[in-house]
Amino acid sequence: MTPLLEARNLTKIFGGGVFERKQTVALEDFSISIDGDRPSVTAVVGESGSGKTTLARLLLGLVTPTRGQVLYNGRDLRTMGAPDWKVFRHDVQVIFQDPYEVYNPFYRVDHVLTTPVAKFKLAATKAAARTVIEDALRAVGLRPEETLGRFPHQLSGGQRQRVMVARALLLKPRVILADEPVSMVDASMRATILASLRAMTVERGISIIYITHDLATAYQIGQNIVVLYRGSVAEAGDVECVVKHPQHPYTQLLISSIPVASAERTWTTEMVADPAIRVTGQDGCTFADRCPSATSPCLQTPPPLFRTAPHRAVACYLYQSAPALRREEMVAVFAAPVPPKAEPSGPPGSGEAQHAGV
Amino acid sequence: MIADVLRVQGLVVHYHTPLGAVRAADNITFGLRVEERLGLVGESGSGKSTLALAILRMIKPPGRIEGGEIWLDGLNLMTLSEEEMRQVRLARIAMIPQGSMNSLNPVMRIRAQIADALRDHGVRLPKREVDERIRDLLHSVGLRPDVASMFPHELSGGMKQRACIAIAISLRPRVIIADEPTSALDVVVQKQVMETLARVQKELEASVILVGHDMGLVAQFVDRVGIMYAGKLVEVSPVRDVFTQPLHPYTRLLIASLPSLQHKGSFQGIPGLPPLLRDLPSGCAFHPRCPHAVDRCRTEVPRFKEAGTASWAACHLL
Repeated sequence: MTPLLEARNLTKIFGGGVFERKQTVALEDFSISIDGDRPSVTAVVGESGSGKTTLARLLLGLVTPTRGQVLYNGRDLRTMGAPDWKVFRHDVQVIFQDPYEVYNPFYRVDHVLTTPVAKFKLAATKAAARTVIEDALRAVGLRPEETLGRFPHQLSGGQRQRVMVARALLLKPRVILADEPVSMVDASMRATILASLRAMTVERGISIIYITHDLATAYQIGQNIVVLYRGSVAEAGDVECVVKHPQHPYTQLLISSIPVASAERTWTTEMVADPAIRVTGQDGCTFADRCPSATSPCLQTPPPLFRTAPHRAVACYLYQSAPALRREEMVAVFAAPVPPKAEPSGPPGSGEAQHAGV
Repeated sequence: MIADVLRVQGLVVHYHTPLGAVRAADNITFGLRVEERLGLVGESGSGKSTLALAILRMIKPPGRIEGGEIWLDGLNLMTLSEEEMRQVRLARIAMIPQGSMNSLNPVMRIRAQIADALRDHGVRLPKREVDERIRDLLHSVGLRPDVASMFPHELSGGMKQRACIAIAISLRPRVIIADEPTSALDVVVQKQVMETLARVQKELEASVILVGHDMGLVAQFVDRVGIMYAGKLVEVSPVRDVFTQPLHPYTRLLIASLPSLQHKGSFQGIPGLPPLLRDLPSGCAFHPRCPHAVDRCRTEVPRFKEAGTASWAACHLL
């Protein structure tokens, strides 16, 4: 069966032109696939410079990969014709990180909502269009009367971002690619937006690729998680295992750096080196220069993924006794998405907790 | 009783808009102790950044400080002239603004920007001593000396943020106000920057007000937390108590809205929307969203009162 959206061995290298000798590997040998019949939430976590936004842009066909390909319904985005693109642009919606850049400052915010309604004929009359738009705005916690008719600069960053979530909801897509959708939103609103994203998977069967730097929200809405470090997968698998018992030294560092919102002080005072941008030609593991357990093989060849458990893979020589996986086989460790009916019920009001069935 | 280095008394800030006055900070009273780290948290529009700016008297029209007193070491900042206030800023009370990496001048080297701050506040030293002082400052925030001759674009986000901390501490202020100092940084870098801030604070024996909405950062960094809602301070408690026994219903719901790394599905949004500051509900501004609201909450504004050994809160139910 053909997956809905698939990335095969994606690599993107920036630079290396006439004026710049330095090449930057933004993403290296990344593979993922989204199944159309079984909606899933895949969280991609990484710091800035880890390649997560490059991944989003590649999956959307906004940049062309240096190597590898992105397939939608089995067709390569680079060779797809106009009718297929129209389907793609309806089915795959994106919520970008920076809600400043997506608006044309000369248009009212209504523009981003009425354009898709008109383009994809979502409503027959003007009144119906207005209803559809207002419903979508309310679903993300905005008051339509205070939002419509405003210019982007009259809304806060959080409000602008919620309008973008509403726009994605409006189209009833099959995949939503959310690139840091809640990084500019307050805590009480963040929970509301995440709950509506989560509900989309369960109730409307929309798959979500949730790209973030925030492990806590990734843990809350993801079934599977991919941890990126400087363009390479460090660790991947079931979100419960990865977050509770990180195996890769980078994931361990990341989790220990998170300021936990509890009465307990978890921050210790160890200093770590500043990450530098990686240059091609540098061999070995991307984390080797910061890794406390680095040994000589780490500096020579990049580690493959080792399958340390049925539902997780770690790119680290510490686990080389486990069977190695090729990069394109990474998706095999993702736990089968739970069908909507088998959801265990969470505490009241918490929405649908999604424990990936292991 | 520990002395307060900074005391804010009944501070009121209004923004005058064509639609009427917006009460962005309404009767704010709190004290900041010597060497204390105080967190000010709240959702966007709750008035936390306004309060931070008001303490520095940096509110710009259409905003205006309508009343109240700001005492810094026995000096009422509200009585100072504009020029006197300008000298107090940075020298005695410094700010690390939100997104402060963008507050660096892109066409000036870091050295020139620090030297500028020193010169403007009357520090007259030979060039060699200025250079030495800049090197010490950069060292104390964990930056190499050669950063001094770099332009901002040559630095990473975390380095720029540390350069801003270096400027903020260049005149050894008594109070440092940090408004979301790490909101654009990665967690690993955020931790380094906060450690830097903690270290220089200890060295200077300064007090810090950390303004932000990241409860995790607040939990890990501060001693006491002030929670703001709709322009009012609704609770001030020791950080431990905020997480273990929050007093105000809003605090309780805010804590419950935080995504946990321990339990799945264990967070929920606060029902309703934050109110509009120019059109606040009657009585307690939180009553439309409060699960415990009684009739009194709808009519009478709760007083900000002592509600525990070390806590203050504004709620009729306490």
